[in-house]
Amino acid sequence: MTESGRIVVIGAGHNGLTCAAYLARAGRDVLVLEAAHQVGGAAVTRELTRGFKVPAVAHVLRLLDPSIQKELDLARHGLQFARTALKTVVLAAGGEPLVLEGNRIVSGPASAADRAAYPDFIDRMRRYASVLARQHGRVPPRLAWESWRDALPAGLIAFDIRRLGREDMREFLRVLTMPIHDLLEESFETPALKGAIALDAVLGTKLGPRSGNSVFTYLHRLSGQSHDPALPRGGMGAVSEALAGAARAAGAEIRVSAPVATLIVVEGRVTGVKLEGGEEISATTVVSNADPKTTLRTLLGERHLEAEFARRLEHSRSIGTAAKLNLALSGLPEFAGLAPSLAGERLLIAPDAGYVDEAFNPAKYRDYSRAPVLEITVPSVADPELAPAGKHVLSAIIQYAPYDLAVGWDNERDAYRELVIGVLERYAPGLRRLIVAAEVLTPLDLERQFRMGGGHWHHGEMTIDQFMMLRPVPGAAQYAMPVAGLYLCGAGCHPGGGVMGAAGRNAARVVLEGAPR
Amino acid sequence: MRAPAEHFLQTVRYTPFHSRTAAANSLNLWHRWRDYTVADAYFDVALEYTALRNASAVFDLSPMTKHRITGPDALPFLNRLVTRDVAKIKPGRVGYCLWCDDQGQVIDDGTIFHLKENDYRLCSQERQLDWLLTSALGFDVSIREETEEVASLALQGPTSCAVLKSLGLAAIEALTPFAMRYFPFEGTELGVSRTGFTGDLGYELWIEPTHAERLWDRLFEAGEVHGLKPMGTHALEMSRIEAGFIQAGVDFLPADRAIRTDRTRSPFELDLAWLVDFKKPNFTGRRALLEEQRRGSRFRLVRLDVEGNKPAKDAYIYDGKRNVIGAVTCSMWSPMAKASIALASVKMPFGAPGDELWAEIYYQKELKWSRVNARCRVLAGPFFDPPRRRQTPAPER
Repeated sequence: MTESGRIVVIGAGHNGLTCAAYLARAGRDVLVLEAAHQVGGAAVTRELTRGFKVPAVAHVLRLLDPSIQKELDLARHGLQFARTALKTVVLAAGGEPLVLEGNRIVSGPASAADRAAYPDFIDRMRRYASVLARQHGRVPPRLAWESWRDALPAGLIAFDIRRLGREDMREFLRVLTMPIHDLLEESFETPALKGAIALDAVLGTKLGPRSGNSVFTYLHRLSGQSHDPALPRGGMGAVSEALAGAARAAGAEIRVSAPVATLIVVEGRVTGVKLEGGEEISATTVVSNADPKTTLRTLLGERHLEAEFARRLEHSRSIGTAAKLNLALSGLPEFAGLAPSLAGERLLIAPDAGYVDEAFNPAKYRDYSRAPVLEITVPSVADPELAPAGKHVLSAIIQYAPYDLAVGWDNERDAYRELVIGVLERYAPGLRRLIVAAEVLTPLDLERQFRMGGGHWHHGEMTIDQFMMLRPVPGAAQYAMPVAGLYLCGAGCHPGGGVMGAAGRNAARVVLEGAPR
Repeated sequence: MRAPAEHFLQTVRYTPFHSRTAAANSLNLWHRWRDYTVADAYFDVALEYTALRNASAVFDLSPMTKHRITGPDALPFLNRLVTRDVAKIKPGRVGYCLWCDDQGQVIDDGTIFHLKENDYRLCSQERQLDWLLTSALGFDVSIREETEEVASLALQGPTSCAVLKSLGLAAIEALTPFAMRYFPFEGTELGVSRTGFTGDLGYELWIEPTHAERLWDRLFEAGEVHGLKPMGTHALEMSRIEAGFIQAGVDFLPADRAIRTDRTRSPFELDLAWLVDFKKPNFTGRRALLEEQRRGSRFRLVRLDVEGNKPAKDAYIYDGKRNVIGAVTCSMWSPMAKASIALASVKMPFGAPGDELWAEIYYQKELKWSRVNARCRVLAGPFFDPPRRRQTPAPER
């Protein structure tokens, strides 16, 4: 095939930019088309109100692949960190917060037994997570084994599990599909500690701590090689800007405000894209950073797919359940019982695992939680340029707020924003008086503004049934789609969600090698 | 009939013609076809077959699964479903077709009736609603099964046109093969299509179930002087083998029922390449079939003229060197061809027209088993293909 022609990348999210950068570095002619007026997708810094800049959607970096940082020289393209190794603080409405750092309990209301057990637990979980981490850079194996070439990568996974050693392997296989709640009951007794781990297991998923698979999603969160959460200087948008810089430096062209309306298909092959404005751009290869359903159903259309494949795609689960709150504040909020020096850490409202599970319950029935779980950062503490002097921005991911809210979001958004601010105020009394501007982004808003189908942060649930060779669906898990010339490179592919870049890098490799089909 | 809420108490149902087929069934031979009670034979299989080939015969077709497909995307939907170009089937026309799974393996075959713009009926051997609804994702169509809502008869044989003329259907002889027309019939509409499963001149009749019995009665009144007889599935089976038509579950395994991947067949492997159109828009299985075209097929369905008079039932097929290369899927002694005939699925590259193969036939006489190795010749065309099948105006003998 004519693999030397122009490559169009749809979407300048972090994976699209990563993919574009690698393709351009390999000497390919790359054009990135971004619907929004700025690059970054959900890894973006936006002005909330004059002088106040917030990480609009994603706000904590913990999975970005270090080899991507190095290979694309992101530091040279401006990526700096305002903070690395953020502490985790479990807020308490009327008491002392629990503070965690790395594998240690630093302070707060934890039992002596838990203080002793926590390091071992975290180390063990990181060993298990390393099995997943080793898969990040690999193209998943195909399920249709037609030769030893197909079987070999599957063997590698088995080898990765086996080399944990006998005891760890058994335990890894035992816990992998368990509910995190059960593992926490086995391991700890401190409510706030269990709350913190439960939150990390379920954030961004449609799972509660008592749902199966929530240990797996916890391990996924730990599977970044840097482990500890960090804040890029300039907000999450800085990651995207650096990736865009690397892509441009390698020769890629990036066009913003260029939304793609449809893919052009000629005799079973994608030959280009048509923009919403009507402009047609031809390409020998199209790589989509949009989520799988948007790419294959909206942009391509089921009629270009096989019927059974289209059904599998329809049945893949991608109902977003996390919302976002962004606040511009006239001063630093005071959190109950928290030293002001800790206000810039990662703050959690997840007092215990039961609280997290109860917050999940309404989401099952298409309602939002009245006592939601929150992951909060005040990035302006470490990165003062995000807000005018002495002022601050607060960013919080809110769990659970289902995309398919029964009463619909459009009449509920304001009430929801007030509810969440009310919950925050219980932990940060006086917060409301500091608010200069506030926005809540429901999953519906995330879909509308960031074009993530279903408002799902990870472009599809990150559970075992949608992992590796099953992500997004069997038959499309190797980045190459069934329609010739079309590839996926976003979080909907292996290894999934989080600002990671691995999907973009893997997809670029497949495009460059010429996918087997 | 029971109340709808008690439908589960009666798992085998009656067709709208049952009062008449029961009265005609002097042998009281029945079987279950798609959960309906249908006659194997009415009075004598050989005589029913003889009536079909020399006069005409009526077969109760009502259990045939019928789907109604309507809406603005009806055509694109059907074109994505089946392997042939449905755009070429104009309103008032009928087309034989088949459809495949993602791997290009045949799920079922059937006929598409283009009733009017954006309004189609799809008839199939197997129930297909699930697959049709799956295939409808992304299309603006409405699909429902209407098997219960349409009564149908197959009227086949050389005098079938004459029977319909006697019934009063004006200018029926002008109806071309694979065309459909409506005629007024006792306050309702009678649909008549020049289609069938016998390889002969013949028609299929479509009517509201409430008028079914009346249609049967009028048909036999009109048909008496033309030698019209009722015919069961045994006689129909003989005629379809002679015509070289394939049947799901007999000559191929519907792909959605297969567990082992080498048990299914592609259109090419069923000698139906003429139904596959790569020039039309994308259809399910297209990529796999293109790939098969490139790599070559695994199997071939062949028509065999078997030496001797023993039907080659379930026979293994050998090449000249004692290697098993396939098996018979259906077979019979053909009165029309005066030969033992069979369809067989054989491995490629065996079975090119003119090839000589061998059938290992086991047969029984008075409980004693014997075996014969019969030479088979692979035929290029059907065993039975009279010119009247295609003539318009249709002969009114």
